[in-house]
Amino acid sequence: MLNYDIVIAGGGPAGLAAAISAKRNGAQSILVIERDKELGGILNQCIHNGFGLHTFQEELTGPEYAERFIRQLLEEKIEYKLNTMVLDISEEKKITAMNREEGILEIQAKAVILAMGCRERSRGALNIPGYRPAGIYSAGTAQRLVNMEGYLPGREVVILGSGDIGLIMARRMTLEGAKVKVVAELLPYSGGLKRNIVQCLDDFGIPLKLSHTVVDIDGKERVKGITLAQVDENRRPIPGTEEHYTCDTLLLSCGLIPENEISRALGVEISPVTSGPLVNECLETNVEGVFACGNVLHVHDLVDFVSQEATAAGKHAAEYVLHGKAKGGKDIPIQAVEGARYTVPKTINPERMDEKHTVRFRVGDVYKNCFVSVYLDNERIIHKKRPVVAPGEMEEVVLTKEQLMSHSGLSQITVKIEEA
Amino acid sequence: METRELTCIGCPMGCPLTVELNQKEVVSVTGNTCKRGEVYAKKEVTNPTRIVTSSVMVEGGNLAAVSVKTKEDIPKEKIFDCMKALKGVKVQAPVHIGDVIVKNVADTGVDMVATKNITSLS
Repeated sequence: MLNYDIVIAGGGPAGLAAAISAKRNGAQSILVIERDKELGGILNQCIHNGFGLHTFQEELTGPEYAERFIRQLLEEKIEYKLNTMVLDISEEKKITAMNREEGILEIQAKAVILAMGCRERSRGALNIPGYRPAGIYSAGTAQRLVNMEGYLPGREVVILGSGDIGLIMARRMTLEGAKVKVVAELLPYSGGLKRNIVQCLDDFGIPLKLSHTVVDIDGKERVKGITLAQVDENRRPIPGTEEHYTCDTLLLSCGLIPENEISRALGVEISPVTSGPLVNECLETNVEGVFACGNVLHVHDLVDFVSQEATAAGKHAAEYVLHGKAKGGKDIPIQAVEGARYTVPKTINPERMDEKHTVRFRVGDVYKNCFVSVYLDNERIIHKKRPVVAPGEMEEVVLTKEQLMSHSGLSQITVKIEEA
Repeated sequence: METRELTCIGCPMGCPLTVELNQKEVVSVTGNTCKRGEVYAKKEVTNPTRIVTSSVMVEGGNLAAVSVKTKEDIPKEKIFDCMKALKGVKVQAPVHIGDVIVKNVADTGVDMVATKNITSLS
């Protein structure tokens, strides 16, 4: 049995930042467990630029952003294991992991940080009818093949889903000589950043069809074509609007889901909205000493925010190891209603919190000229005008300890969108 | 008088911009709700530039490919020339972030540099 202060499941952006922060906040022995053959996680395949504007005030590519954290990890002499899969975490924080060299490993930790990231929604989860030919990939798989392994998955491509990975891959496949015929999006708006729509689609004349979906896949051995149809307001295909596209490849960019099988088995309570753990303001789950950060907690748009969140998780995990669970105060629930879908954290303890705390959330629809409002019980303390909010871009409000402490008998915090 | 339609990338609003041009001179920008839209539109119609990122194959390294980027932004119309210049390029491991992979790519005056460290297997 190996012993560590803190074991971190996942060596991507969240795991790296959490480990560095835990070390700098006094944790002695830390182990990062990564299932891939290198640290850095998804950043390694995100070779486009645009990362790190908040953290480093410059635009880096994914691998460059990862390298800055990997370097700090090495400087801090933090241990890590590659090609190693975490199989199970017990409530007593005993981690079972395995790799080819050492076989099954049993590791006892004082605190655990969940940083496993997310995975892509698959064809099976989308219920697209048709055969199961070769040539259907998730956008992220295609991204890895093109950018890291040097393969082009196809020559004539249709992309379903206009999330950022799908948009980025439309450009990437085009640059490598493939013909991207169309990007179809089920919703009436794109989940991707405006910048990506302009620079990945408009720049190359790739059409974006909103309120459209794939209703049939043609081809038995290999994809031969797909059929798109327009959908109504209930997202049902409208008969008579079908259009056929010949193609040899279909990429799916239809959402990301936090990867929480291990968390569930451990007894961590999972939010039905985010599919990630419910956490307090220390980013601690309902299982004492188990923390979560990054895309395993909720899917982020910007890696900078993952790094910030993970830095906080690492600090709190270190404090837990050094001083035990902070006592006193009361966890005040944060309720997300009227346009706000969820918040991270789910509860906040005014006595325990730092001077300021950033609460992050997403909205359920596009709202123009609205207000982001925060109520302490019935008292409105934040009423922030926003020209536009959209589900694709994470929102935030900053709460201060002073505000929360001075509201006597506080029993509930509410975050909502108020239309003008 | 020529007009160009653009979508602003400054924020999620994505204002539809209309730019009026006389020869190459911007006469007016309309449709924007803030200053950023005007600045973006002027740059985009007179001198649109992009950073180009891609990857090239590596020999003798711990990974099969190394990611690369143009060290600075290049004119938008040079994107495909830049990709052509990368075709068939193979580098020998080790590679360090910032190593020049193709000098003065497609005559843009900008170098293509590595964005990832690759260690040598031997």
